[in-house]
Amino acid sequence: MGDRRAHRMGCPGRADNPWVNPVSPSPATRPPSPPSHPDDETADRRHPASLIELFIAFSSMALQGFGGVLAVVQREMVERRRWMTRDDFVEEWAVAQVMPGPNVINLAIIFGSRHFGWRGALFGVAGLLLAPTALVLSLALLYAQFAHVPQVQAALRGMSAVSAGLIAATGLKLLPSLGRHPLGWRLALALCVLTFVGLALLRVPLALLLLGIGGPTCLLTWRRLGAIEAQKKKAR
Amino acid sequence: MSAAIAQLLGALDWVAMLTHFMGLSLLAVAGAISTTPESHRYLVDENRWLTDAQFTDSIAIAQAAPGPNVLFIALLGWNVGFNAASWAGGALGLVLAMAGIMGPSSVLTYVTAQWSQRNRERREVRAFKQGMTPIVIALMAGTGWVLVSAHGYTLAQLPLWGLALVSTVVVWRTRIHLLWLLGAGALMGALGWV
Repeated sequence: MGDRRAHRMGCPGRADNPWVNPVSPSPATRPPSPPSHPDDETADRRHPASLIELFIAFSSMALQGFGGVLAVVQREMVERRRWMTRDDFVEEWAVAQVMPGPNVINLAIIFGSRHFGWRGALFGVAGLLLAPTALVLSLALLYAQFAHVPQVQAALRGMSAVSAGLIAATGLKLLPSLGRHPLGWRLALALCVLTFVGLALLRVPLALLLLGIGGPTCLLTWRRLGAIEAQKKKAR
Repeated sequence: MSAAIAQLLGALDWVAMLTHFMGLSLLAVAGAISTTPESHRYLVDENRWLTDAQFTDSIAIAQAAPGPNVLFIALLGWNVGFNAASWAGGALGLVLAMAGIMGPSSVLTYVTAQWSQRNRERREVRAFKQGMTPIVIALMAGTGWVLVSAHGYTLAQLPLWGLALVSTVVVWRTRIHLLWLLGAGALMGALGWV
């Protein structure tokens, strides 16, 4: 609310008013027009060079992804290859999560199509699926022979605990992106904790969480962004 | 293998399986794994295309193997087809099941992705993406919690919770390769430490 008040107190034209004339617009307050270049703020963000590179990258991520590919995707695309910023990743993941269908597949479609159109989506998804399908099928055929060995089952148990940790850590790593949230980091963090409690401790169905917490949060953010834009327009 | 399971799937049954998974595709708003109860009802209880053991084993194997969780659907399709018509049937079942579970949702996601990329500066699009951020982060952390708690909250599971907590902190704070951690987890499990 701070900036709205600052505006009402009113000194629209003053160059030293940070609300009116921000020195470096953050992604949250980026003006809609003239279109800014989204790449400017992350000069070191890279791009997949070819469909083959895309395919290989997604194959290698899928083959490293035990107990789900999410943790690996975040590490490879954001930290290693720098194909996405942390903020990009959270935002695209939100879309991938809310759309029906397998989440990581959706992310491959979103990311692949952004760079290479429908071919990119196809190569990304093929990368995620081809090698792992062959592997999982071989494993299923082998499984009958080793299913009775207690050590095999115990090893799977240990791996499942680690892979649970991987997923949780992926969420924690994305926490800093709340720092630039339009609603302010305090409210954003509170909503985050509320969702965690609902999902993990109270076991509220996901659809209810998305509607009950996600819906109002989007609405609040929408209003907040509107207020920010209105302010900028007046300032101009 | 009972006669009911070994029955040959007619051409209509293949189509029925395809449309079953196509329907699930649009219902899978929380990932493919969330459709498990419905698949179980349809494949095991109603049509008897799979045994209970085949169903649960398919999920366990897909979870243990690398790759997207959705691959358990590939194994379900494989097993349905294999029960009906051996290797060729397995291959057909796998392809149909995966095409079904991914087809409709992928088309929808593709169209949405194109639209939201063209309109990424619009306030609605930014509000949706940024508004969902806190929820998405919580869902990831919460999924980790749910996966461990499937083993229970008893004292006997304390080492397991400890291992999950340690790997959370290690992944969060370091850049050690994930495969080392999974290997360590497998070793500790095999040695009976967790």
